[in-house]
Amino acid sequence: MRQRHRRAAVDSDLLLKDAANRLPDPARRLFLRNTVSLGALALLTGCDVTDGRSAEKVLRKISEFNDWVQARLFNPNQLAPTYPDSAVTRPFRFNAYYEESEAPDVDEDRYRLIVDGRVANKAAWTLDQLSALPQETQITRLVCVEGWSAIGKWTGVPLRAFLERIGADLTSKYVHFVCAEGYSSSIDMPTALHPQTQMTLKFDGQTLPTKFGFPLRIRIPTKLGFKNPKHVIALTVLNNYTGGYWEDQGYNWFSGL
Amino acid sequence: MTATQTPAVPPPIQPLYVRITHAINAVAVIVMIGSGWQIYNASPLFGFAFPPSLTLGGWLAGGLLWHFAAMWLFVANGLVYLALGLATARFRRKLLPIRPAEVVADVYAAISGRLSHADLSHYNAPQKLLYLGVLITGMIIVVSGLAIWKPVQFHALAALLGGYEGARLVHFFAMTTIVLFLAIHVVMALLVPRSLRAIILGR
Repeated sequence: MRQRHRRAAVDSDLLLKDAANRLPDPARRLFLRNTVSLGALALLTGCDVTDGRSAEKVLRKISEFNDWVQARLFNPNQLAPTYPDSAVTRPFRFNAYYEESEAPDVDEDRYRLIVDGRVANKAAWTLDQLSALPQETQITRLVCVEGWSAIGKWTGVPLRAFLERIGADLTSKYVHFVCAEGYSSSIDMPTALHPQTQMTLKFDGQTLPTKFGFPLRIRIPTKLGFKNPKHVIALTVLNNYTGGYWEDQGYNWFSGL
Repeated sequence: MTATQTPAVPPPIQPLYVRITHAINAVAVIVMIGSGWQIYNASPLFGFAFPPSLTLGGWLAGGLLWHFAAMWLFVANGLVYLALGLATARFRRKLLPIRPAEVVADVYAAISGRLSHADLSHYNAPQKLLYLGVLITGMIIVVSGLAIWKPVQFHALAALLGGYEGARLVHFFAMTTIVLFLAIHVVMALLVPRSLRAIILGR
């Protein structure tokens, strides 16, 4: 399994307590306590079943094992099914951890995509520069971690072409994305290089609306929706595991489809 | 004359591997259902949600962590059980043949209180039907789960089940079938407590 560089110097118990305190919904805090019920009794016989954190540690270890399994199941040449224009879900669903009215307004003129990490050319990109690159359109299914799915039409620059253009070290392990509203996520390099992984600038033929991630979304039809970050302002190529907003709270990191 | 011709101890009603895989399966299935209901509640397919007190994991991420952990237990244990059941020909001996006329007659006998459970090593026709049915449903729930988990990597499998959304429906109804089976299974076990003893102690 890949060696992960977690916040090594931080006490893991403190980290978990801190994570629990950051969770907005009281039900999420219950996560730490409710996991000690049946399943813990079942899987952790012999352990102190009153300690929910030990149950969570075991579950997170298995989730890392599942990352490893999914990386091996991932076929870099396997394309996600594509659909005709008539299959597009209209209207498309807004979904985020904030209300639609709270989606960040990014100033088009001041926008710069910051490029960092293991890349040869670290010059920032304007929207006009990104729009001038060769574009591709895909009609694919977005699958949400919640279970629902919807078919959308996305247009933009293949991430692979962009990474090659900026001289990224394609042997690096991860690409990390930071978003205007503070969201973040990271993906494995094979997925970043997948032919359908896209830096999306348009949705359904129009400029990407604010609610769907203006000005730039990373569209990855081989991953769950939360691994398709919106309002992307920075892209970093690196070898360190950096997790992400939801990943740090317990969603499986790889989350491949 | 010799001991091998007339064993002193009759073979157990439930062999050891059946008892062990049954116990592991019971745990795995309960975790899968509890966490599955948690996942269902995040985006209900139909106009209802499962009571949160019956779900596992506290919230969606917790439910997913449990579900994608217990799946390994469920599948690995199920494969061991299937392999041994086929290798020892237990499935063929215990579950086949199933004759529709016998199913009807035995159900009628059960309703009128005349169905005998004197010999626990012999399954009546409705039992055979239910056990074979839940075995097949178990395979369907694994295959549909695989299609939901990996609708791109296993897109042909997903297409076979009506695509991603079709696989979700198949997975849900397979769960429903297993829950209904469990309700009948548990009631019957409580009505014939000797069967509980046999599945735990062997005889």
